[in-house]
Amino acid sequence: MGATIVIFAGSRLMGDPLINLLPPDEGGFTYGFSQVVYEREKRRLHLDDPVPVQYAYWVVDAFKGNLGYDLTNKRPIAPVIVERLPHTLQLAFASFVVATIVGLPLGVLSAVKRGSIWDLIGRTFAALGIATPTFWAAMVAILVFSVTLGWLPTATKGEGFAIRNFILPTFVLATHAMAGYLRLMRSAMLETLDSEYVKLARAKGARNRTVIWKHAFKNAALVPLTYAGLLLAGFITGSIAVEVVFAWPGIARFGAEAAVANNLPVVVAVTLMFTFFYVVINFVVDVLYGFVDPRIRYG
Amino acid sequence: MEQATGQIAIDLETSRGSRLEGAVTFLRRWPVFSGVILLVFVFMALFAPVIVPHDPGLSVLVERNIPPFWYEEGTWRYPLGKDPIGRDVLSRLIMGARTSLMVVAVSIVAGTILGTGLGLIAGYYGGFIDEIIMRLVDIWYGIPFVMVALIVAITVGAGLHTMMGLLAAASFAGFVRQIRAEVLSIKERDYVALARVAGASPWRILTLHILPGVLNTVVVIVTLSTGGLILAEAFLSFLGAGIPPPTPTWGAMVADGREYLRTAWWITVVPGIAILLIVLSLNFLGDWLRDRLDPRLRQVL
Repeated sequence: MGATIVIFAGSRLMGDPLINLLPPDEGGFTYGFSQVVYEREKRRLHLDDPVPVQYAYWVVDAFKGNLGYDLTNKRPIAPVIVERLPHTLQLAFASFVVATIVGLPLGVLSAVKRGSIWDLIGRTFAALGIATPTFWAAMVAILVFSVTLGWLPTATKGEGFAIRNFILPTFVLATHAMAGYLRLMRSAMLETLDSEYVKLARAKGARNRTVIWKHAFKNAALVPLTYAGLLLAGFITGSIAVEVVFAWPGIARFGAEAAVANNLPVVVAVTLMFTFFYVVINFVVDVLYGFVDPRIRYG
Repeated sequence: MEQATGQIAIDLETSRGSRLEGAVTFLRRWPVFSGVILLVFVFMALFAPVIVPHDPGLSVLVERNIPPFWYEEGTWRYPLGKDPIGRDVLSRLIMGARTSLMVVAVSIVAGTILGTGLGLIAGYYGGFIDEIIMRLVDIWYGIPFVMVALIVAITVGAGLHTMMGLLAAASFAGFVRQIRAEVLSIKERDYVALARVAGASPWRILTLHILPGVLNTVVVIVTLSTGGLILAEAFLSFLGAGIPPPTPTWGAMVADGREYLRTAWWITVVPGIAILLIVLSLNFLGDWLRDRLDPRLRQVL
């Protein structure tokens, strides 16, 4: 929760906060209103209080859903966030599913058939996936699949829900996490396959498939789960890139475009949202971890 | 150990075998490709003003969007074509390497010193100081870096120095955790206890007795995190919150081509490939160094 302090500091860095926070009908956004109004508003918004008290008000406000005002169109930010958030979450969730169901099995395959052509493909993909800048991958994907081949639409989500519009952004966003999963899964699986209990399972004559999926996979899969938090941080950066390039109507593009327009309150609000999700999901991962691995619950 | 002897046996065998096999083994054991690419990159960056074929800032509007040399309309004068306002892509690419190297080198040095220092202090002193430093690192991990960078770009103003500061801040946290963990184990060793008994000051113990023990880890983390910094720099420049034009940066070059994907794809693709190659090489080199210097990090990084 200390993260809010840092973001709060960020929100107060530019000029007189009052100018930014005043609603438009009170004469905000200009320096031209009278001293009397200024003093009255300053007292009303508690800006004459010490900074820690201001911080407390700010946090309470944020929890109540008051995220300040958009500087360009002078509307409150919170409703816009609420409206755009589903788009970001849909995309992120779809990518997460794709990354998991493609990345993990490929990692297992790569480890089980170590040194084979599958392993080579898997490792090449992992290396490329981690090193490719997402914003560039998004543009190359558009170039290849939309401009040259003409299979998929170039951008935007459009009205309603169409899988066609989801394919490119989802896969581009998933690439990075997929590569991460593959790499982690591969090294974890190699380690597990080398352990004593797997050798025992093999020695007692368990079928190969049983050994891999029932004995080894279950334990090895804990490693990617441990790093889910880090992968998630990559997801946030990635979703900014993907939303900007594909003109996706989510909160990440909202924030990125606001940044170019020097629209600080919007950037702060979006940062706050991302941080919130990061913390919540990390908490969920911790709980899940205890659930999946009894050693943590009883340890 | 068993594996190592096996490796030697294989090596002996190949040395007796054909030259081709020897070359393959050599390529497998040494990061040749990464090394060559990184050397080219550093060379380009260091001597950029001397080797650029054209002025990277010179815009000739009638020559905009000239394609690369393998096209009918392309010319060898501008091997990689020209960008939307008629600037030579190759020259900008070379100058962009200089920008990248400068920014990343400064920030990784600053980040390394700060991160290693904090890691040493947290690990050595423990207790309250450790608690504060580690909470700071946790908080820092919790906030999306790109968003913080955007906030800073608005409030402080985007620029070369802002970018260096930001990337230094982005890299330090990765050091702290790892170095702290190493220090925790090193400080229990007898030679550290002996130094303390002999009356060495904490500064002396940290720099003379503990720091050399964590240097390998530092080198590995530097190599592995540099790629990420290059990506971050490119992304921020792409978003328009990085180093402002006319300074050529690879990220901004990718962004320049965005409107022209249909007609002039090379403007976007070329700088992206440069970023990809550099980051790929750094990651390979980092993996190789890690396996050589500090195999225990394998599980972590």
